[in-house]
Amino acid sequence: MSMFSIFNVSGSAISAQSQRLNVVASNLANADAVAGPDGQTYKARQVVFQTVPMADNGTTAGVKVTAVTENNTPGRKDFDPYHPMADAEGFVAHSNVNPVEEMVNMISASRAYQNNVEVMNTAKSLLLKTLQMGS
Amino acid sequence: MLNKITQPIDFQAKALSLRAERQRTIASNIANADTPGYVARDFKFADAMRDVNAMSDLTLKMSPSGDAAASAGHAAAAAGMSQPGHIPLPVLSTTSLQQGYAVASQPAMDNNTVDLDRERANFVDNSVRYEATLRFINGYTKTILSAIQGQ
Repeated sequence: MSMFSIFNVSGSAISAQSQRLNVVASNLANADAVAGPDGQTYKARQVVFQTVPMADNGTTAGVKVTAVTENNTPGRKDFDPYHPMADAEGFVAHSNVNPVEEMVNMISASRAYQNNVEVMNTAKSLLLKTLQMGS
Repeated sequence: MLNKITQPIDFQAKALSLRAERQRTIASNIANADTPGYVARDFKFADAMRDVNAMSDLTLKMSPSGDAAASAGHAAAAAGMSQPGHIPLPVLSTTSLQQGYAVASQPAMDNNTVDLDRERANFVDNSVRYEATLRFINGYTKTILSAIQGQ
């Protein structure tokens, strides 16, 4: 049944996009976090998508998240000697999250999610109409 | 004589199968809109329809004799035959479908060639045509039924 695998394909895309949205939420939540007592700041994370073949003919392809990578660029350092987390020179280390990038990522993920939901809805209504064939 | 009644439905059934196949291909493209390196696939419906119509006389005509079971070995498995006494069903093989690659409308940094606007347009177009094919089938069955019942 070829139309039924649309649900697998779009479902895999939806779960991948929601994982991406999760990562964006985590990044945005930690956008203003400063380094803890161990001196480690929060590192922005990003998902890596990969195509997974779904059927034997090789053209039907879903998506999966293969890895969540951490951005290792150094974060912003503010001079704030009265901050409780300031280091010996008076600098406070912040996370390296770029809120603008994250917002763009969020919009992209939510649009892609919506697209896939629409694909599933269309496939569902077509299948329902197919069920009523001949009546 | 019955053949003449079912022939138009046969044609529409093949069209419906191909439409479903195309719907699946486009759904894959939309699902992979953000996957780096993914190459969008598509096929020309007219060419695929011509191919299916050309091969149909050879592959779709299967008799319950041993000759058919031998000639369509893997098709038999696809039709769900698990016993030698099973009567083979005609299978529309879409696995041999010639799928092409969609031309990228604009280059992307991650080598993804999915054009989401085009795919969405194709998706809507294809679903309308799928529904149209369904209506043709429904209309034809209604016509034949009313001719049979004569009322």
